[in-house]
Parts: sequence; C-alpha cells; structure tokens
Amino acid sequence: MTKQQANWSPYDNNGGTCVAIAGTDYCVIAADTRMSSGYNILTRDYSKIIQLVDTSVLASSGFQADVRALQKVLAAKHLQYQYQHNKQMSCPAMAQLLSNTLYYKRFFPYYAFNVLGGLDREGKGCVFTYDAVGSYERVGYSSQGSGSTLITPFLDNQLKSPGPLLLPARDAVTPLSESEAIDLVKTCFASATERDIYTGDKLEILILNASGTRVEYMELRKD
Amino acid sequence: MFRNQYDTDVTTWSPAGRLFQVEYAMEAVKQGSAAIGLRSKSHVVLACVNKSNSELSSHQKKIFKVDDHIGVAISGLTADGRVLSRYMRNECINYFYSYESQLPVGRLVVQLADKAQVCTQRSWKRPYGVGLLVGGLDESGAHLYYNCPSGNYFEYQAFAIGSRSQAAKTYLERKFETFMESSRENLIKDALFALRETLQGEKLTSSTCTIAVVGVGEAFHILDQETVQALINEFEIAGEEAPADEAAAPDQADDSESSATAADQVTPSDPDVAPMDM
Repeated sequence: MTKQQANWSPYDNNGGTCVAIAGTDYCVIAADTRMSSGYNILTRDYSKIIQLVDTSVLASSGFQADVRALQKVLAAKHLQYQYQHNKQMSCPAMAQLLSNTLYYKRFFPYYAFNVLGGLDREGKGCVFTYDAVGSYERVGYSSQGSGSTLITPFLDNQLKSPGPLLLPARDAVTPLSESEAIDLVKTCFASATERDIYTGDKLEILILNASGTRVEYMELRKD
Repeated sequence: MFRNQYDTDVTTWSPAGRLFQVEYAMEAVKQGSAAIGLRSKSHVVLACVNKSNSELSSHQKKIFKVDDHIGVAISGLTADGRVLSRYMRNECINYFYSYESQLPVGRLVVQLADKAQVCTQRSWKRPYGVGLLVGGLDESGAHLYYNCPSGNYFEYQAFAIGSRSQAAKTYLERKFETFMESSRENLIKDALFALRETLQGEKLTSSTCTIAVVGVGEAFHILDQETVQALINEFEIAGEEAPADEAAAPDQADDSESSATAADQVTPSDPDVAPMDM
C-alpha cells in the first residue's frame, strides 16, 4: 500500500527576477515583466513591483497569486498603521511587517520571493531581502527569482561587496551614482535574459530618491 | 429627565411603548458640542465646534477620516465615537480588500445602524451614546447621513446635532435649497455660518472649529488652521451678520486681532452636561 500523493499543487511558479540596489541617497528596484507557467508565457506585461509607501517599494517573484494577496494584505495593514500612528510607515518598519506577515503563514507559506527597497528615515537607500517564510536581512543589494543565481555573483563582483565575516561590519550600500546603478541593473537583466528562459520581455525599474519616485522601462529579449 | 421604573435597562419597554435607555442615549448626543454637515451634488462639508475642558487641555477630536471617500463627525460620548470610527475604518479596508473598490456610503451606514440596533436589544449592553454625521462620496453622488443611537439612520441635505444645534438648523433650513447646486467654497461658507449660529455670540476663529471636506476628485481631509482662518476672514463672519448673498463688505482688519484674544475664551461648562466629555 503506497502512500497517497497529491494529484495537484496549490502553488505554481510564474518565474521572473527581481533586483534592488541601495545607494547613499537613492534606491533602485527592478523586475522583469514576464509571467510564465511551465514552458508557456502567460503575459509579457505584468508588473511584479508595488509601491506600498512613498519610501518603500516591494518587488516579488514566485507565485503571482500569492504575491498579489501579500501585496493587498500589506496595503491594508499600512492603512491601519496610518490611522493609528498618524504617519506613514518607514522602510525598516515595513520590512519588519513583511517578515511578520510571511511568518504568520509559516505552515502554508506565501510562495513569494521578496525584495523590499526604499529609503530609511535618514534618506539613505535600504534593501531588505527575504525568503518565503520571512527570514530577512538588510543588505546593500539583492536579487531574487529565477535569474538570481545568474545575477547575484555578478553584483557581488561589481559592487565589491565586503566579505560578510569581516569585522567591523561594513555597510554594503554602494557609492555608485544613481545613473551608474541604473545602468548596472540594465546590464544584469540583459545578461540574465540571455540564459534564463523565465526572464525577459521588458524591464521595469523604479528609482526612489529625495525628489520622489521615477519609473523607467527597457525592452528585453522576447525569446 | 424623569426617573421612572421602566428605564433601568434597555430591554424593558415602558407601557407607552418606549425604550427609555435609548431615549436617554439620544439625550447624550444633544449634550455634546455641535457638529454640522451639508452636501451639494459633488461635495460634503463637515464642521464641528472644538470644546475643551479648560484652557490648559487640548480639545477632543470629533471629525474622523474613515476612508478617502468617507468622513464622520460625531457628537456625544466621543469615546463611543472613536470606537465606531475604528469599526467603520476596518469595514472600508476589508471591503476594499475583497472587492478592490470603495465601500458605498449607503452600505456603511446600514452596517453602522445594525450595529447600533444590537445594543438596543441585549440586556448586557448599552446603546452607543454618540450621533454620527457620515459624509461621503460614491458612484451615486455625494451623501450625508445621520446615524443615531437608536439604530435609525436618515439621509440629509444638511443637518446639525449637539448642543445649540437648533440655531444652526434654523439657518440651514433657510438656505438648504441652494446647497445642491452650490460651489465648494459656498458650501464651506454656509457651514461656517451655520457653525457660528451655534456659538451664539462667541467669536468664530479657526481654533474654535474644525472643518473637513470630501468631494469629487478630492479625498476626505480636514482643513488646516491657516486655511480655515483665511476662509473666516474672507467671509468676514467673525462677528458679523450673515449676508443675504455674497455681498462684499469692507474688510475688517480688527477682526483678526480681536479674534486672537477671543480664542482663549471657553464656554463655561453647563451643569447639565454629563461628566463624560463631549
């Protein structure tokens, strides 16, 4: 008598890649716009990015139904926070909220691989990277999703990340200028698109700085 | 009010078919400081008098944003009002989560009314001691509702609740037919005039009142003190008679100076006012 196996899964992976880079006074958050399932493309124009607060932007790859549900939960919680505290959430506060929200579903997780980018209360860029159940860390840059294995080592090389075991602990926020960081992100995605079948079509980039939020798009290979 | 044997709890009818506890709750609303609402086709204005216990304390918050398209002004037990505002906010948030569209005002007031009704039919509860003027926008236009502790609700063109609200109602009754077609500015002006009626002699300044607006293309927000003071000065209503129309009276610069001292004045507390703050 063999153990019964599930004949369906509540999850699907819609693919895609997300990247975020923190600068001294800006933050760049980017994701491709391809949504796929297996070997099929569902759409070439789906945004994985949502701006939750002026200073916090969430990019998530994985199962987009769970991603959308997660975005809605965070938006609702942010509204409640504003009523209680009479102010908007800071990026580190949102980072903690996201972690708690993910862990809340520890035993039926959101299949979402998140990168939260924004500006902290001092105006410095911050990036937080997560696993599916809420383990998170503040970093200078991060990549999640199907292309992350191709992008992360490239960013490690380009952004000269200090070794994580180095003491005193060094901040990995890059001294690069905003336009240099944007070019770097474009390069990352152009390369990842070449080899990762789930990444491509179009790149959406959000740039946060003291003057507000800006969006840029770049075409990627469609094959 | 008359003490009698049928008013001990809300679940006892009187022989005349009245629920005294509910009526007493409505009395609490009448004792609160005034709140006024008016609406046009595209806007709703809520206004209220700021009453504080003493010069040293701040005044109670009586106008609450419930959502971008709905706001509420309360009169009566402000603690009850705060709790109901929290309920309304959560209802709006949950509705938006489920339907990705805004909760229609008419639905919200029904939910609120049903919630109030429950408290009139449970022996272990008491009615909410607060009246709510709910102003909001939805697909069918601008609406103003009044929810009372009894669980009833009514839609109004304009209404006033709280102490000395009759004076405001008299003013509104004279002018309400013009409100539907009124511009946003005139609506606010009428709200300020109506509010002034309830102050009965006291100077109307931006520190003694709070004004909030919601309209087509305009999310619900409370006007800041400078804007309100500028409007009061512009309408020259700090101590003058309400003009029949927008007659341009000569600007009285003295008003702004004298209003600074008048701001410190507070109505002496009425001995009949319930100790729970309004």
